[in-house]
Amino acid sequence: MAHTKRPSQLFRNMAAKIAAIPMIFTTLVVFVGCTGWTVVYSFTKSKMLPKKIFETTELFSIPTPSWLSDGSLDFSYISGIATKNFVGLAQYERLWNSDRWLLSIENIAIYGICSLVFTFVFGFILAALLDQKIRFENTFRTIFLYPFALSFIVTGLVWQWILNKDHGLQQVVRDMGFENFNFNPIYDADIVMYGILIAGLWQGTGLIMCLMLAGLRGIDEDIWKAARIDGIPMWKTYIYIVIPMMKPIFATTLVLIASGIVKLYDLVVAQTSGGPGLASEVPAKYVYDLMFASQNLGQGLAASTMMLTFVIVVVIIIPSIIRAFGGKKNHV
Amino acid sequence: MTSVSVQHLDLSFGSVQVLKDLNIDIEEGEFLVLLGPSGCGKSTLLNCIAGLLDITGGQIHISGKNVTWAEPKDRGIGMVFQSYALYPQMTVRGNLSFGLKTQKFSRAEIKERVSRVADILQIQDLLNRKPGALSGGQRQRVAIGRALVRDVDVYLFDEPLSNLDAKLRTELRVELKQLHNRLQNTMIYVTHDQIEAMTLADRIAIMRDGFIQQLADPYTVYNRPTNLFVAGFVGSPGMSFVDGKISGDGSTFTFGNVTVPLAEYDGDNTASTSSDVKLGLRPEHTTVHRAAIEGKTVVANLELVEALGSESLLYFIVEDQRISALVDADEKYEQGSTLHLEFNIGKASLFDSATEERL
Amino acid sequence: MSDATVTLEGPSGPKPKKYFTRRNLFLYGTLIIISAYYLLPLYVMIVTSLKGMPEIRLGNIFALPSNITFEAWGKAWNGASCTGDDCGPVSRGLRDGFMNSVIITIPSVILSIAIASVNGYALANWRFKGSNMFFTILIFGAFIPYQVMIYPIVLLLGQVGLYTKLGGLIVVHTIFGMPILTLLFRNYFVSIPEELFKAARVDGAGFWGIFFKIMLPMSLPIFVVAIILQVTGIWNDFLFGVIYTKPGNWPMTVQLNNIVNSVQGVKEYNVNMAATILTGIVPLVIYFFSGKLFVRGIAAGAVKG
Repeated sequence: MAHTKRPSQLFRNMAAKIAAIPMIFTTLVVFVGCTGWTVVYSFTKSKMLPKKIFETTELFSIPTPSWLSDGSLDFSYISGIATKNFVGLAQYERLWNSDRWLLSIENIAIYGICSLVFTFVFGFILAALLDQKIRFENTFRTIFLYPFALSFIVTGLVWQWILNKDHGLQQVVRDMGFENFNFNPIYDADIVMYGILIAGLWQGTGLIMCLMLAGLRGIDEDIWKAARIDGIPMWKTYIYIVIPMMKPIFATTLVLIASGIVKLYDLVVAQTSGGPGLASEVPAKYVYDLMFASQNLGQGLAASTMMLTFVIVVVIIIPSIIRAFGGKKNHV
Repeated sequence: MTSVSVQHLDLSFGSVQVLKDLNIDIEEGEFLVLLGPSGCGKSTLLNCIAGLLDITGGQIHISGKNVTWAEPKDRGIGMVFQSYALYPQMTVRGNLSFGLKTQKFSRAEIKERVSRVADILQIQDLLNRKPGALSGGQRQRVAIGRALVRDVDVYLFDEPLSNLDAKLRTELRVELKQLHNRLQNTMIYVTHDQIEAMTLADRIAIMRDGFIQQLADPYTVYNRPTNLFVAGFVGSPGMSFVDGKISGDGSTFTFGNVTVPLAEYDGDNTASTSSDVKLGLRPEHTTVHRAAIEGKTVVANLELVEALGSESLLYFIVEDQRISALVDADEKYEQGSTLHLEFNIGKASLFDSATEERL
Repeated sequence: MSDATVTLEGPSGPKPKKYFTRRNLFLYGTLIIISAYYLLPLYVMIVTSLKGMPEIRLGNIFALPSNITFEAWGKAWNGASCTGDDCGPVSRGLRDGFMNSVIITIPSVILSIAIASVNGYALANWRFKGSNMFFTILIFGAFIPYQVMIYPIVLLLGQVGLYTKLGGLIVVHTIFGMPILTLLFRNYFVSIPEELFKAARVDGAGFWGIFFKIMLPMSLPIFVVAIILQVTGIWNDFLFGVIYTKPGNWPMTVQLNNIVNSVQGVKEYNVNMAATILTGIVPLVIYFFSGKLFVRGIAAGAVKG
């Protein structure tokens, strides 16, 4: 039967549109809406939370929003905290004048740079080692990757125990006769971030190794055959042929590591609770504490907006630099 | 009676126009082949007819009904795909009956149709196997069967034999021809293989860049190609083209020091826009002589001999241009020797160098 | 060239293999040392949890337990010998947290995979105007730090009365699982030959018919990958758990952290390690049993865009 009227565009493919409603809701309400809300309110005076709602409980190691004793919560309080009293960049000024925030930036920079370099280098070396057609490859891979299945909380707690100053690694070495051996990163404010780094690398390098191994396996076998026939040493083949071919996977892993660094939170909470003192403060923890414990919502929102800015730089700008860099090389 | 009619069909993806004002009428019971290089729009046209692509403008009629906006299932078509597209988790029987079940046919009807089609295609023994356990040829048979059970007026084939090896392709080609002879349905068949096109088609539509270049029966396409593209695309081994000049009255063709009379030419010798033309010669229309025949042959240097089995293809250089000729394999010629060629101008084609159209 | 008589002098037959080459010693040596670093924490966790407190205080964390005792495990699971409800969630043991995590994980996994698989299928095969734009935002959304969105979500959940409830946390997990799962399913469905989809359309199947009868039966492996990804991810979550639930509803990770890092009382390291193993055991078991699929899942999940 010939249609007399074309069916309305809106109702065509209706089932697919219905199926996409959760995605549309997530993107519009959560990703765009909530992010927008945070950015907008970071310019307001939204400040003190009424003490009686968000009372931090000393009992718990991390400040936990504590609720009225009957477990109920009057939402008008929380909603009331966010005011539309715009104060321009005042929150950001305060933020960048806060020693605690500056420390958290310094910490994440130390952790981030080390983590990026070591994860990347170790990940590649491990992948290259596993790519040598070795026996027990599966066993080794399983060993290197299993920490990734564990949560940051578990990771942090184990390493907290291993690095315990009275019973841990330091004491074991001292008991072996090296009386003056000192290695207690999580109790020393100067090197606490490196203590966290040890745990972070343990947890995350396996994933990067796996991705790089997949990248190495994706390289045409004939390249290796050709290099072998030409008598090119293996390390040269890696540096001049294989690594340049792996640029896309490098870009992926870089973005992945970088966006993971920004989210660093659970590990710090579990391993050091931000200590000693505030020495291992990181931005994600700063945001949480200011939003839910220090009753300073505006600061928390401003700090989280700074995190967002950083991620935009990492996700959009770094890959385009790499692309430009790669592009240039191809022209030579 | 017209079975499938495509009128003023336009299709664009964003700003890219893929098909433009395309018209084609296909008679009932006709076997039409859409032939062309990849990217010419032939598969796209087939997908439009099937309703798998929404067209931008124009109309499509199938069996007298306007199906421009109809869903694929309501168009009265069956379709066979290049990659077979069998549902891997279903048995052959499941594959054949899925469409019928979806359209709520009765069990008895489904059973009857499946067994009838299985008989036609001789796949009765395969009915309980899964596609993974079938060979390529068997899979394609099942895929054809899946189209046939629909019992519709028009069958569409999208390069159905391309994934098969050469021997199997030839076998199935013959079977397809027999199937068409038996069923007498309308069939539209997309391929880039000109031998398939020549052997199967009642008419061939040769396409390039979204336009139909020539729509004619295989004989005409082969012997009177409408333009340079069609001439070059159809025929294997391919046509030789010689650049030269045509005389003002169209009586002779000259290249280098050679002049060929055009009296026997089947076409309009005088239609050229300028004197620059190309002479198209099929290898089998050039005869090789060991001795010159005055006024009939031209001197040629044999550059290379390619043995094809029953025949040999000879590549000659004549006045710096390459001409090939097909000879019986038993005729032995020495590479590098000088021979004499006679052209069958009655079968040759002349093309205007500027417009590339046949004269 | 030599003449026709073949002499069996010189190399002949298979090339002799040397197992103890310098290369092999270096290669396997390195791998074994690195493996030790990776296995050490697991080993320490297990031995510590099997020791008594006196032995821990005096001994070496790497030493094997002299007396194996499962006391710490019982304590970690059931809680300390505290009486009544007044000892609070800290001393209650991990049992409650385990149950909460189960109650959170199962519906979150089912819901998120159900939604994301249908959504990925729509994006792969039934694109509509704007669908790619939403998909792009969704993938970019995966990179937004959660900290940017947590507070407004508190308000949203409060509006619909789900804040602090397990249901609210399930919704949050479903939302934040969407980008990666949608990507996973979309990429999988895109890899299925389009002709199969076309054939099913010619056969008269619609959106749901093709999904349930054609696509679903073909995509069991990818569903397993998605389940592994989600169970591990949701089980290991800490941030959402601590923000969107209240103490009685805490998932296992939050409870674990509060047990171990509690500032109250004497530190019982053996109990702490037993609790840590108990929390890590679910994802570890999944990891060791799923093997290649796990790797495939994280690889697919990690390689975005």
